[in-house]
Order: sequence, then C-alpha cells, then structure tokens
Amino acid sequence: MSAAQLDREQAEANLTYREALRLALREEMARDQRVFLLGEEVGLFEGAYKVSAGLLAEFGPDRVRDTPISEAGFTGAGIGAAMLGQRPVVEIMTINFLLIAMDQVINHAAKIRAMFGGQVGCPLVIRTPNGAGNQLTAQHSQCFEGWFAGTPGLKVVAPASPADAKGLLKAAIRDEDPVLVVENLSIYKERGEVPLDPDFLVPIGRAAVAREGSDVSIVAHSFATVRALAVADRLADRRDISAEVVDLRSLRPLDVQTVADSVSKTNRAVCVEEGWPSYGVTAEIAARIQHACFDDLDAPVERVGIAEVPLPYAKNLELAAVPSEDRIEAAVLHTLGLS
Amino acid sequence: MPPLRNSSQIAPPSDALQLLAQYQRLVLIREFEQEAERQYKAARIGGYCHLSSGQEACTVGAVDAMAACDLLVTGYRCHGFALAKGTPAALVMAELFGRRDGCARGRGGSMHLLDVERGFLGGWGIVGGQLPIAAGLALGLVRQGSSSAVLCELGDGAVNTGAWHEALNLAALWHLPIVYLIINNEYGMGTKVERASSQPELYRRAAAFGMHGERVDGNDLLAVQSACERLLTRAREERSPAVLEALTYRFRGHSVADPGISYRSEEEIEEHLRRHDPILAFEQDLLSKGVEPQQLQAARESAARSVAEAVSFAERSPAPELSSLAEGVYASGSDVQFARMRLGSPFGEQELVFDAGLGR
Repeated sequence: MSAAQLDREQAEANLTYREALRLALREEMARDQRVFLLGEEVGLFEGAYKVSAGLLAEFGPDRVRDTPISEAGFTGAGIGAAMLGQRPVVEIMTINFLLIAMDQVINHAAKIRAMFGGQVGCPLVIRTPNGAGNQLTAQHSQCFEGWFAGTPGLKVVAPASPADAKGLLKAAIRDEDPVLVVENLSIYKERGEVPLDPDFLVPIGRAAVAREGSDVSIVAHSFATVRALAVADRLADRRDISAEVVDLRSLRPLDVQTVADSVSKTNRAVCVEEGWPSYGVTAEIAARIQHACFDDLDAPVERVGIAEVPLPYAKNLELAAVPSEDRIEAAVLHTLGLS
Repeated sequence: MPPLRNSSQIAPPSDALQLLAQYQRLVLIREFEQEAERQYKAARIGGYCHLSSGQEACTVGAVDAMAACDLLVTGYRCHGFALAKGTPAALVMAELFGRRDGCARGRGGSMHLLDVERGFLGGWGIVGGQLPIAAGLALGLVRQGSSSAVLCELGDGAVNTGAWHEALNLAALWHLPIVYLIINNEYGMGTKVERASSQPELYRRAAAFGMHGERVDGNDLLAVQSACERLLTRAREERSPAVLEALTYRFRGHSVADPGISYRSEEEIEEHLRRHDPILAFEQDLLSKGVEPQQLQAARESAARSVAEAVSFAERSPAPELSSLAEGVYASGSDVQFARMRLGSPFGEQELVFDAGLGR
C-alpha cells in the first residue's frame, strides 16, 4: 500500500452527524448509480434537517426526488423500485410520520423476501429521525424504533455518533434487505471524527463499547448513548464510579453478545432509551440480560426511558419527562445501592 | 352510465387459433377455481382462498395485452392471473397446498402467488397496498432505462384506500408507465360499490389526477384486451399512466368461506350465471368464427386434465422442511449479522429460527 493510499484511508475529518450522513449519501450515490433519494423536501428545500443539502445540485432531480406529502405513496414507490434492484433511500421527515407508511413498511417491505419464497428482495433504506426534547409536543416527539425492531424481515440501526452515522448508513445502502436508519434530532449538530475512507462501513449487528468501565453497564442507543456518555463522565469525575457504556448501534439484528460480555464484567446494568420503556427496546435488553447473565447480576436490571405520557409542550414538563442525565445518574446510583 | 366499449366496435376478428388458446385459459381458470374450492372444503387448502370464477375474461384479456417485458402486480384474488400468465397450474396448486414446489415455495399461499420469470411480481394481501409498490416498479423501470410498463390489478374496494390516491398522484406526477386495472366485480367483500364509493363510476376518479380513465365490459375478453393494449402502449411510449375499469361479476363468495348470499340475492347470481358468463359469451364468439364445438370440448377436457394433474403434483410435492423455517426472511449472508443475537433469545428460537436458515 502506498503512503498516499494509507493517508487517504486513515484520514478523518471533524464532522457533524448531519454532515457525516450527507457524506455517506454522496459517496454511495457516486459509487452506485442505482442509489437515489426520495422524500419530502429532500431536493430544493435541501432536507427538513438539511441532511441532503447540496445533493440535488450535485446529482440532479432524477436522483434527488422531491415527493408530495404522501408517506405511504413514496415509501411504497421505494419498495417497488427496490424490488427491481434499485437502491432507493427514502427520507421520512420524522419517525412520527413513518406511522403513515406503517403498512408499507411492516406489511410489505418486511414481508417481500419471505412471503415470495426468497425469490424477490427489497434493498430499501428508510432514514428518519426520532426523539423528544425540542418542545415539539405530543405528535412530534416520539421514538418508535422498537416497533420496527420487533418486526422480522426488517433491519434497524440507530447510530449515536457521526462516524457510526456514516458507516451504518453506508452499510444500510449496501445491504440487500430493508433497513430503517434511525437518526436523532438532537444529535444532528453533534461533532466527531469521521473516517473519510469511502469504503468505511460499520457492520450491521455489532454493538460498540463506547466507553470502558468496570462498575456498571449503561446500555443505550441513539441519543440515549450521548446522554449515557455524559453521565459516565460525570460519575467518574464526581463519584469515582467507572461506568461502561454499550452503544447498541443495531437494534435488529441485536448484538446481545456485547451487552452480555459487558454485564458479565460489571454485574450491573442500566438500560436507557429515549422512547417509552414499556414494551420498549430496554424491555427487550433487560429480558436478554436476565437470561444471558442470570448468575452474574448483583442487582436487578434498571430501566430509564421517557415518561409514559404523550409529551407535553411546557418546557419544564418536557424536561421532567425525558431520560435526562440526572435521571440516568440516579438509576445508576440506585443500581449500585448508593441512592 | 356511459356506453361501454365492446369488441364488436373495436377489435378486428383475431385468428381463431389464438382465440382458442385464450379459451383454453378461460376454462383452465374456471376449472382450477372449482377444484380449489373442492380442495379447500376437503381441508387440503388452508388460509384464505379467493376465487375468481366469473372474472376470467378480464383476467385473460388484460394479461394478453401485456408485452413480454411488462410487469404484473395484483391483489389477493390472483389464481387466475398466475394461470393466465402461464404459470403452470401444478405450481399454483402446490402453492395452495403449501408445498415445496409451490410458486412461492409454500411461503405465500393463495394470496401471494408470483412468477418472477414471467414478470408477475405478486399477489398482495392488503387492499390497496400494492398500488404504491406498482408505481415504484414503474419508477424502477424508468430508472433502468427500460421501455416496459406495469399492469397493476386492484379490486373495486381498493379505490377507497388512501394508498389509491397517493399512488395515482405519484403515477401522474412522475409520468410513470403504469396502467391501474380495476376489476369491478360489484362487491368489496359484501359491500356493493354504490354503498362504498361516492363516485361509483370508478374510472372517473382518474380525472382527479389529470389521468386518463375509461370503462370496459369486463366480460368481453377482446374488449378488455384491446383497451388494455392501447393503454399499456401509451404507458410505454408516452409514459402516460391510466386507469381501466373492467365491469364484471364474482360468481362465488368473497372467499371460499363466504356463501356469498347474505348481501346479494340468489336470483342476482343466477342471472349473471345465465346471461353474463364470460366463458359462454366467448364460446358463442368462437362458434360464430367457425371454431367447431368439438374443439371447445377438447379444450375443456384438456383443462380438466391439467387441473387433475396439478392436484396430483401438489399431493406428491413434499411439505417444506422444518429446518427451512427462516429461509428467505433475510438475504443470504445476513446470518453473520444475526450471529450475536442468538444469546438470550426466546425459548426455542435458536432451533426454530437461527438454526433454520436465518440469513443463510
């Protein structure tokens, strides 16, 4: 390998999560003519959250396709195109609107390969942000990734860092199955080092230990991982507690192995999510932990999620509802018998 | 009601041999559906089973309007479409029996037939759900630089779903090469069109999207074929989508489990059987064109033989291996991605799913 090649492959840039997603889209569109974007305001408006900014100018309206407000329609259109081997990337403005296309995703995209005896595939990517915390109120503050992750036939990833955003979105686009890429409103502006290698991929189905620790495992995904890392810093600084943070990254396939390895080491687990925990991602993780780590646990598995109410508008109420760093910290201390 | 187009106005007399070949498939579908009902009642076919007896003419006419490279998408009443496309009856019956040799390998059943080789991309089971997907197939064809078109069948009930409006808007907005064929058999399950649609002349709804729409006598095979050919040609050559509504009637219940008489009278059914049977009409047409009655008899006997052989084939075809339960759920190679999900999985899941081909 030449020095120049080595440089290129090892080069990184400090990018926001949003820029990392955009870079992934641009690289994959340049690499593969079959990749095209469709969604509301992805073109002229440059994306409701500006992820696709500049791509219309670069790739033209055939590959950056503005759609009407018609989630079931254009998600279905993505499915049909994918069945012919195209690589559509459907943007749903927020996960709340994905419910309008639920039938297309659950009853159609997820079923195609199995229902037709493996004879037709659906290499579709759906990108959409979840999350509360911006006073967006009851209809625009939700996290439904658990619903989709509970559906065989789909794959669901939820990156928490800019590097993972790039690597997982690229892996999703190259995958042969429908993949839901769950982004997050609060992370779009977060910065991090992102590999510039156009073949940098993050494998689907692999969690990451985002921070090593020995006293307790905090298991999270998406923005909850960002909060968990801040809590781990705080616990180390103020209380000399060593918290390990496991970032799930993929929800289906779920990397239970990495979670179990961590909990077997720390003997304690706190599972955190931005959504409602009942029947949620943390419910699944807790069930897996109790089964895989039954003999290792020194305390019940704790769960922290958003309060189980439709999200209110008033800032103080919303702040009380979200799984804040304070609430996560309190749960960790409780698990350690320190509260 | 506007005057319906019919074949005497538009179709030149086709070659008798070709008509006989079409007759062959009409009677094959009728015979197949009757046998499917018998096999269902003998509990050898399970699930839902929707028969298309009475709708054979629009099925065969529409399919014969397609070019070899066109794609077909349908709702769940799809036995006739598979047979009309030329999918061997044996593979269709084996699918209804849930056997390994079924056209969907025993995974789809009655509602989810397909034949990728012949461009039939599925029977779909959620009313209206296939309409946006069909638009996407048309979009995919355009992106591939293909000059083919999509024929998307739906029932009269589907025009009241949101997916209909979204799909038609996209098809018109994006100039997609697609023809939406409404098989209007007068009832969505037990609800007559007039009780469900504020505009019961369903083809008129195309106008809302600036799209061409027209109605045809669905019991007149050649009229359906001619209209469908014209619209598919427009779709291919001008990328101009259209709606074609074929008026027909379902002789049997909504599904085999429905006697079909709580929402319509036996007299009404009898009237259709006696006066509007599309197969009888086609027979008269053939006889008037000089086809011998013995040729028709031979076609019927051949259809009966094909169906009997299909049953025999389906009986002999083995059930899918239990060890294949999870095959096809994910693309080949996904097993690596799922390897770390085995741990702590629900009781029995490792053997049932992970060891049974998940992602293999």
